[in-house]
Amino acid sequence: MSDRTVGASPARVGGLDRVTGRQAYVADVRLEGQLQAKLVSLDCARARIIAVDVSAALEAPGVHLALSAADLPQPVPRFGPQFQDRPVLAVGETHYHGEPVVAIAAETRDAAEEAASLVRIDYEELPAVFTISGALAPDAPLVQDPSLRPGDPLAATNILREHHFGWGDVDAAVAAVVVEGTYTFPMVTQFAIEPHGFIAAPDGDGIVIWSSIQHPNWLQRTVAGVLHLPLAKVRVIAPDPGGAFGGKQHAKYEPLVAFMALRTGRPVRLVLSLEETFQAVRRGASEVHVRSGFRSDGTLVFRDIDANYLIGAYADIADRTVAKGSYTSAGPYRTPTARIVARSILSHTTPSTAFRGFGNPQQIWAVESNMDEAAHALGLDPVALRLQNLARPGEVFIPGDTPADGDWARAVERAAEMIGWGSPPPPGRGRGIAVGLKSGPTTGLSYATVRLLADGSVIVNAGTSDMGQGARTIFAQIAADELGAPLDWVTVIMGDTAVVPYDQQTSASRSSVFMGNAVLRACRQIQDRLRAMAATLESVEESAVVVDHGEVRVGQRSMPIRDVLVRGLGRLGGEIMGIGEMRKEPAPDHPLGGTAAFFEFNCTAVEVDVDRATGDIVVTRFVTVSDVGKALNPFQVRGQDEGAAIMGLGHTLMEHYIYDDAGRIRNLGAIDYRIPTSMDLPLRIESDTIENADGPGPYGSKGMSEGALLPVAPAVAAAIRDATGVVIRDLPLTPERVWRALRDAPARPDRERGEVPAP
Amino acid sequence: MIAGRHRIDLIVNGRARSIETAPHHTLLEVLRDDLGLTGTKECCLVGECGACTVMVDGLSVDACLMLAVEADGATVTTVEGLAADGRLNPLQQAFLDHGAAQCGFCIPGQLVSAGALLAHNPRPTRVEVEEGLAGNLCRCAGYEQIIGAVLAAAASRPDA
Repeated sequence: MSDRTVGASPARVGGLDRVTGRQAYVADVRLEGQLQAKLVSLDCARARIIAVDVSAALEAPGVHLALSAADLPQPVPRFGPQFQDRPVLAVGETHYHGEPVVAIAAETRDAAEEAASLVRIDYEELPAVFTISGALAPDAPLVQDPSLRPGDPLAATNILREHHFGWGDVDAAVAAVVVEGTYTFPMVTQFAIEPHGFIAAPDGDGIVIWSSIQHPNWLQRTVAGVLHLPLAKVRVIAPDPGGAFGGKQHAKYEPLVAFMALRTGRPVRLVLSLEETFQAVRRGASEVHVRSGFRSDGTLVFRDIDANYLIGAYADIADRTVAKGSYTSAGPYRTPTARIVARSILSHTTPSTAFRGFGNPQQIWAVESNMDEAAHALGLDPVALRLQNLARPGEVFIPGDTPADGDWARAVERAAEMIGWGSPPPPGRGRGIAVGLKSGPTTGLSYATVRLLADGSVIVNAGTSDMGQGARTIFAQIAADELGAPLDWVTVIMGDTAVVPYDQQTSASRSSVFMGNAVLRACRQIQDRLRAMAATLESVEESAVVVDHGEVRVGQRSMPIRDVLVRGLGRLGGEIMGIGEMRKEPAPDHPLGGTAAFFEFNCTAVEVDVDRATGDIVVTRFVTVSDVGKALNPFQVRGQDEGAAIMGLGHTLMEHYIYDDAGRIRNLGAIDYRIPTSMDLPLRIESDTIENADGPGPYGSKGMSEGALLPVAPAVAAAIRDATGVVIRDLPLTPERVWRALRDAPARPDRERGEVPAP
Repeated sequence: MIAGRHRIDLIVNGRARSIETAPHHTLLEVLRDDLGLTGTKECCLVGECGACTVMVDGLSVDACLMLAVEADGATVTTVEGLAADGRLNPLQQAFLDHGAAQCGFCIPGQLVSAGALLAHNPRPTRVEVEEGLAGNLCRCAGYEQIIGAVLAAAASRPDA
């Protein structure tokens, strides 16, 4: 019997391939006879396409195809996870800078690029909207043709959806202190270091797609729908993504390369440049107005939240991020009454999609900044104000939804303790604290099959994508522990819809819980078979046999699973197969279509140093504490929490798209769009977990990979305010913005730490 | 656009290679497309992300910024050349032990940059490691684990 691996931190399964260069990502796949694709787009966001001439391109050497919308089935197929609004290629009009109008397939990248430069497109640039106010203006041009939205009362506006959540009567609430403000969050991009890549190849009477996709089964359905093929004729192979962060959840150019492969009869490969990836995915920008009412003792009385999210030209999954991010926006607090209105607003910009936190970071930036301002207005300590109002374990805090499923107050106390809250910070520095809550999946379905082979080794089939979060390692740990195999005797097969059973999606930090439970249940089914086997071999009742963690016990006697297996399988050998499933059904009357499977909760506390001459912020200390139920692999938990924290510092301190008047992203690419490097780290970062085994996943675990990103921005802004007395409500907190805020602030030396004269 | 082809001779991971390349092709294209050494990754193509870092004559280089013809006669080491006789080098082992590889896409470049750093500075301080790896982006932001691995690998080297 091997030692338990769950709760320990074995090295990442797949780690060896990652340090030797053998890990094959989608761009590393080479197929015999492959053609290289290149997209052709216009130099502005919105334009009427007058004429497309590909004749010169087609005459260039090595060119096999120059596809435009006119060459596709009519009407041009559209797709999308929430609304089927995105055409395979632009039809009649482009809607954002970078939207492909023509796609070339050629023998080499050089030939494809040469041909792309020979495509002639006559177009007329049209008025467009790139901001919330521009999109909401009465005379604003419409992003979507109203005919795509039949029966929708908002069809003649740029508001895709307006969501209303809440409970009680906010207008009747009586508060002693009301704190309000408007908080903005910029467009930022996922910037996985692996740019998106797609390959399609004809396969007999079907097609094979390779994609760096998070949801292979969803992509399979999308491609099958566009091509009118049965699911069984669409095989999706999904190599481990080189980072995804939500940006690789849903189909982008897979339907396009599928058509190109079928048209040419050859494999067609499209690997985007980083610039094209910036034009393909981003997070929704937002402007959130928050009014919060309190009794004078700090008791929260109401929240009144009005949020506008600027999504892009096509819906992708953006409207769902708006709904889901806003539904929990009153926060993890006992809130007697709340009114939440949230709009997803279309614009002529890069389609926004899922990005770690899924619509929540925008709301949490606003509401937690508002909480910090409230603490100051009430004369209360920010930690005390939160502890006073946080929902306690088991307490219903959103009527009709899952009660508080963690000891959230403990996480706040722990973070406060770790940063030394209550003791004065070093001169010139300030401290801030904030919390973040996110609803886990509202529905879900994962299947796993597990095969215990004749020698005791194990194969796990799980359709989750391992994009760095370490899902493969977690499933291997579960199977190893349940079936008594050493970890290196477990193989986890993922990412091929022709081989592994259905998994709905890899998102919302669900995989340890959903696929983890499916793997666990498959293993337990195998244990049932072993129990029956041992009962027959030992001539006892099944009830007298216990299978637990790699051992079979009959009375006082204990045997390794392998011994029972070898004897039980007999001379023919063979294997034992188990099937596991976890499903969470929709709740049709629920505002989101389902309750939270679990909540992610994190408390972040930071200490910053503000350079008053330049506005530069140095994060001197960073503490992040997540309630994870049970850390299945503490090393990986730490990697996810600290990684999320540093990613959060990106949108907090430096990241934002800058658009020009034609709707072009001016800081396209790695030179002008800065993300945190090894030189931007907090001087000291510490993480901890709260573990009470109170989650729905294996051994009491919960999902955890997004929580630590949620409260980073409000914690840092609170620390800046603590250091300087200046409140900033717009992100990112660049040196220029901080410098301007300091310059414009009235001199209040009494509120600036380090400038208070010694008594 | 495409002029004639040039023959270049390289030593890649200890093996002599002779390749015909176009004058505008980069070392990255030759490594990935002509030699099939796909461990070196392609991301930003402007020398900012470090995913394509390789060693050229003992210096770390962004392979996307070097024309292949400029590498004629050079000795090149890629991530595939780090392990000798099937044994991981100390940096690779330390990256594994410290959980430094998450999605793994930046790791080949991180390993090569770290190797170049240790070759020139066998006992770097933490700040020197941060500076030495500043050109290698990791969006999983496993920087703490990567830095920890580099420091551990340096500490495990026998004293010179």
